[in-house]
Amino acid sequence: MNSNLKWKALFIAAVILVCILGLVGRPEFPPKSWMGIKSNFSNSIKLGLDLQGGTHLILQVQVQEAVSQETDQTLDHITTLLRDKTIRYDELRKLTDTQILVHNVAPEQIGAARNVIADQYPDWAISAAPGETSGYIVTMSPTRIAALQQQTMDQAEETIRRRIDALGLTEPLVAPYGQGDNEIIVELPGEGDPNRAKSVIQAGGQLELHLVLDGSAYPSEAAAMASHGGILPPNAQLVQGKSSASSPSQSAPASDSWYLIDRVPVVTGRDLRSATAVRSTKNVGFFDVDFTLSTEAGRRFGPFTEQNIGKQLGVVLEHRMQTAPTINGRIDDTGVIEGQFGEQEANDLGLVLRSGALPASIKYLEERTVGPSLGADSIRHGVQASIVSLLVVLIFMVVYYRLSGVNAVVALILNLIILLAALAYFGAVLTLPGIAGVILTIGMGVDSNVLIFERIREELRGAKAPVTAVDVGFKRAFLTIIDTHVTTIVSAAFLFVFGTGPVRGFAVSLAVGLLANLFTSVYVSRVIFDWHLAKMPREAELSI
Amino acid sequence: MEFFKQVDIDWMGKAKYFYALSGLLLVVGMASLVAKGGPYYGIDFKGGTVVDVRFAGTPPIDTIRNGLAQQGIGNSTIVPVSDIARPNSNEVLINIEEKGEGAEALDAGKAAILSALHATFGAGEPGKQDFNAVGPSAIADVLTRKDPLSAGAAAGDRYAQLSRQIVSYRDKDRGGIVNNLDELSASGASAGVIAALREVFYTSNFAIINVEIVGPKVGSELRRQAVVVTLYALAGMLVYIAFRFEWVYGAAAVLAVFHDVLITLGLFSIFHFEISLTVIAALLTLVGYSMNDTIVIFDRIRENARLMRREPFHAIVNRSINQTLSRTILTSGLTFLTVLVLFVMGGQVLRAFSFALVVGILVGTYSSFGIAAPLVVAWNQWRGQGAAVVTSGTAAGNKLRKT
Repeated sequence: MNSNLKWKALFIAAVILVCILGLVGRPEFPPKSWMGIKSNFSNSIKLGLDLQGGTHLILQVQVQEAVSQETDQTLDHITTLLRDKTIRYDELRKLTDTQILVHNVAPEQIGAARNVIADQYPDWAISAAPGETSGYIVTMSPTRIAALQQQTMDQAEETIRRRIDALGLTEPLVAPYGQGDNEIIVELPGEGDPNRAKSVIQAGGQLELHLVLDGSAYPSEAAAMASHGGILPPNAQLVQGKSSASSPSQSAPASDSWYLIDRVPVVTGRDLRSATAVRSTKNVGFFDVDFTLSTEAGRRFGPFTEQNIGKQLGVVLEHRMQTAPTINGRIDDTGVIEGQFGEQEANDLGLVLRSGALPASIKYLEERTVGPSLGADSIRHGVQASIVSLLVVLIFMVVYYRLSGVNAVVALILNLIILLAALAYFGAVLTLPGIAGVILTIGMGVDSNVLIFERIREELRGAKAPVTAVDVGFKRAFLTIIDTHVTTIVSAAFLFVFGTGPVRGFAVSLAVGLLANLFTSVYVSRVIFDWHLAKMPREAELSI
Repeated sequence: MEFFKQVDIDWMGKAKYFYALSGLLLVVGMASLVAKGGPYYGIDFKGGTVVDVRFAGTPPIDTIRNGLAQQGIGNSTIVPVSDIARPNSNEVLINIEEKGEGAEALDAGKAAILSALHATFGAGEPGKQDFNAVGPSAIADVLTRKDPLSAGAAAGDRYAQLSRQIVSYRDKDRGGIVNNLDELSASGASAGVIAALREVFYTSNFAIINVEIVGPKVGSELRRQAVVVTLYALAGMLVYIAFRFEWVYGAAAVLAVFHDVLITLGLFSIFHFEISLTVIAALLTLVGYSMNDTIVIFDRIRENARLMRREPFHAIVNRSINQTLSRTILTSGLTFLTVLVLFVMGGQVLRAFSFALVVGILVGTYSSFGIAAPLVVAWNQWRGQGAAVVTSGTAAGNKLRKT
């Protein structure tokens, strides 16, 4: 029995060592001074945003836009396709974000039309248009929609991460969030002013080069429509000039000019290979952004510019007309965006273009900024409350249960050490509710000891010998301890799954604390009792 | 030392008093909820903008309200932050409700509040930035460019560390507000450094401590989620207890927990505490805790039912409660003490959360012997089983008991 006990004691000592190592042994091993220990400790425990200050953003990717864009492009391609195969029809237009209507196909070509479309676009389902004798509705298949949405989400997350990383903040977090509503969470610890980050994130970076259809700009949307008889031509769209604070130069449009441009862009941001800020030669004192296209895009751009010499090329950034220079000659793969940018503005724009365009625009759903002084306050309050509650419990246990109380105290302190070490090892984040979880663990953890001790007292009252009383006490109490821990851990599990940030921190602290408590109050307490009983003289009373 | 040596109280006889007490608490709570038009939701559930601002002196609330009105924000609520631990904290919460799903930016409210504050409380000198609003990287940038300590090549690191020191002093020691840049000498900044900072920064007399903006869609979504999670958790526990004991025990336990949550919500309404996400976390925890307590008593009832086969059921229940009384009072007492410490000392951010726990532990403990046990007894009596015929749970439970 004695050697068994020695092994158990050794095991517990090993656990303690591993915990202490985890808490103060990294990253500097071994720590050479008190300062070293403190800095190791603060590096091991990751603090949540509410304790270190920082910004938390929830944004939603408008994936529907990407789906709609794909439908637009498919519409364009089908137009070309049907023309190439000389299939006649009356009208081809977009019905919804995912549907295209082919209206009144020449009756003898119905079959051919269907085959041609089905061949080229297996992702699209073709069905007869209701109420028409010779028309089709081409619908994007649900699997393609889902795939496109997922792809958009992934690309958006990737792009945002690249942009945030380029800002050089410490340990930012960019990750999908929530249950399937296309949300992304961005956390910037230590960043008290989120405005620059937000504008960099949100910058669509949607660069598109379109052919400008009409020669001149219109002063308003109504005027543009009026000159086309009130309806826009099917292959055109209206775009507004960007609102500029400074006085517009010759080619920079003011916000009250509207342009009629080709619906489908000849080149988009995806075709960019690089984009850099350079000092402007035209607008001295300002910066421009030079960009280079990929070879494949260059192959399209060259002929396009050649065919359209004399017309204007609209540089549309985020659905606003940035500049509209006249095409003077063939351009293969370089271009410049002028806009009287300041240095940081141009750099940010280059960054945004380089990181790739966001495949769809994003909307902010939630923004929380915790100032660092609040974080420091919270830590102070949390730590003070923990220490006081620990002392209260310790004093009570020793007074009420005498020497066995000391047993409970040791188990409780070990409980907390294991809890903190587990948080450090798993890289779990400690939040302010997490500290509350630690305090709750103190209160609920001591419950197990109380259960056991009360049972032991009951057995002792029944005139059992100390050894038997301890044995029975532990055995009888064990099941109840399991029950009580399970219910609270189940609550914590729910909180973890459905909760965010601070709530999760609470769930993790509580659950880990209770699990550690199972170990300390049952195993460790028992070992201490056994050791004490082994050393106790036979006739002595158990101090409980 | 022992508090409860041989207790013998007739708990079940007092059942009607318990029901009356619970009834009273529930009615009062519900009345308050109805009178105040529902629970007092925080922005987590309502959506909106909250900006926490700390001032160097007493916050002039009327001036703030006028300043906001001039920015076009008519319906703001300004609440001073008062803390039991720190009654004069010079802090206010500026609350703007979310008007709707507009296309306007999420932080339009915050931007308006900031411009109102700057306009009303001095934009300082033109071209200068507010020192109380910047982070260490901005300060390090300025110092590196001016290099007052002639650090040369090591400037970057040197000033980065100095800036962190300065900001830490401002935030930890001065609560986020420095009234005059000269005060920074206490943080280790030399006169030259302070002079360099003075060229670029001014000090306002307020600092933004915390900003929370929640869009309305998120708010209602979270509200729905909170209810769903709570119901799921309750259902899970019902199943667990039904598995360990019997369906009637499960139902009684769930009803008791429901009762606890309702009373807690009622008290929240009466004391006008805000319901936020962390409060929901506290509620779920108290669900778990109340179940805890109830299980301990049910456990003992099951054990005694086998030992005391001839006695009437309510006597068994009485005995079980009496036997576990010591343990119940002790643990609840200790846990209660710890959350009370949290309530008093935990700071304003956790106040509502710890209030939920304080109330929850009291009510949760009470409901185990005051509601759950009497309900089981009532059920048994209604089924005409005055004698102790209580089938005890599953084989697994029996097996483990056989030691």
